[in-house]
Amino acid sequence: MSDFESNHQPVVAIEDVHKAFGPLKVLKGVSLRVHRGESVAVMGGSGTGKSVLLKHIVRLIEPDQGRVQVLGHQIDRLPPRDMDEIRLRIGYLFQGGALFDSMTVAENMDFVLRRHTELSVAERNDQIMEALDWVDLQPTATQYPAQLSGGQKKRVALARAIILQPEILLCDEPTTGLDPVSVRTVSDLLVRLQQRNITIVIITHDLLCAEISADRAVFLYDGKVLARGTLSDLHGHDHPLLQEFFR
Amino acid sequence: MAGLRVLMERVGNLSIFSGQFLLQVFRRPFEGKELIRQMDEIGTKSLVLVLVTGCAIGVVLSMQSRGTLARFGAEAVLPSMLALAVVKEIGPVITSLVLAGRLGAGIAAELGSMRVTEQIDALEVAALNPFRYLVVTRVLACVVMFPLLTVACNLVALGGGYLEAQLSSELDYRLFVDQAFASLRLSDLIFSTAKTSVFGFIVAITGCNFGFKVRGGTREVGQAAMQAVVVSSLLVLVANVVMVRISLMLFG
Repeated sequence: MSDFESNHQPVVAIEDVHKAFGPLKVLKGVSLRVHRGESVAVMGGSGTGKSVLLKHIVRLIEPDQGRVQVLGHQIDRLPPRDMDEIRLRIGYLFQGGALFDSMTVAENMDFVLRRHTELSVAERNDQIMEALDWVDLQPTATQYPAQLSGGQKKRVALARAIILQPEILLCDEPTTGLDPVSVRTVSDLLVRLQQRNITIVIITHDLLCAEISADRAVFLYDGKVLARGTLSDLHGHDHPLLQEFFR
Repeated sequence: MAGLRVLMERVGNLSIFSGQFLLQVFRRPFEGKELIRQMDEIGTKSLVLVLVTGCAIGVVLSMQSRGTLARFGAEAVLPSMLALAVVKEIGPVITSLVLAGRLGAGIAAELGSMRVTEQIDALEVAALNPFRYLVVTRVLACVVMFPLLTVACNLVALGGGYLEAQLSSELDYRLFVDQAFASLRLSDLIFSTAKTSVFGFIVAITGCNFGFKVRGGTREVGQAAMQAVVVSSLLVLVANVVMVRISLMLFG
């Protein structure tokens, strides 16, 4: 059954999205549906439009053509205030972590909590420590991002991304540049999040990460979906590019 | 022709960006804590630079002028000349140019780095308004801090001028102060200090504009910082000409 044949209401529905930057056409009619509690890996080589696709889901980028529906709302038509309400239900793990340099780890997380919750200082601190404990980085609370390793930054960024308990988590290359042990640690954390019924979309070209944390995958090539299915479906695909990718 | 088009584009971009600032500045929530942090960042960390600059200006101006004034037998007007030159023009303009170098580049580089490391996107995704948090606070901080730093620069410049005059001709302190302030009108003091708020606005909005619009990597961040300094310095000088003309029309 293809994505579009599903009868369930998807939490993310991208339909025939086209996007160009000047003369460069990045997405050429991509469609993707993700259902609640699913973990979907969007795979493909560099420059195939994976990150651009992900940014459409939080309207960091708007499509030139096509529709993007998130949590039942067509987001490309939402006024900014309503879009912010949708964004609060989405966590986003950026490729480089995107932690705020001028703030400590705890301040990075408190910054979001302080603005969007009515929690007291003590309650916020508890929540921050709980999130940091979950990624096994409680001792880093008072450190600055520059003092952390690549893997630690990713885990702190993951803790920040889920601090508001989102329904959807978008991960842009969560394991790029990490050693195999850190890849496994981050991937296991994603699995644990999925067990909490969080819908996850992972942009990756890391097979280990996809194998551990994704239920199914979509393979992008030249701005289009080349193949979709479970990872074993993609492994067994007869397209030479996929055979090369999964070799 | 292409150069003119680029210039017009930049002016257009800067005008739209300034318009956005005016739209956002009165909207809630106000980022008070970040504003205070920026005022501290801009004020405290620029103070030494401004004080050293002011002192050097005062000493050099006094050294250079005394000989010429003495040739016309007008050495007695040195305090008045120093006060008028420093308070009306040199203090505000030099302070603003020095701050354009330090803050224009710093703001553009900081925001540019935040753009390329996706920190600005992270603010947006967290349902926070990056423009209000990053731009409005920096611009307001500069609008407030530029006049204060200018006053500090003026005082130190006059102090430096007095020190030099005292060492050279044992000028009496009271005489120096009396003559210096007797030559200044209140309108001169207020207008010349207040115009640095406009310079602060120009420096900050230009730095933010160039930083916010960075696309690419570290090379583009460096270019943005350099362009911010050049453009903001030129705009400060042009704005000064306009404002001096206005002050002459208003106060003579």
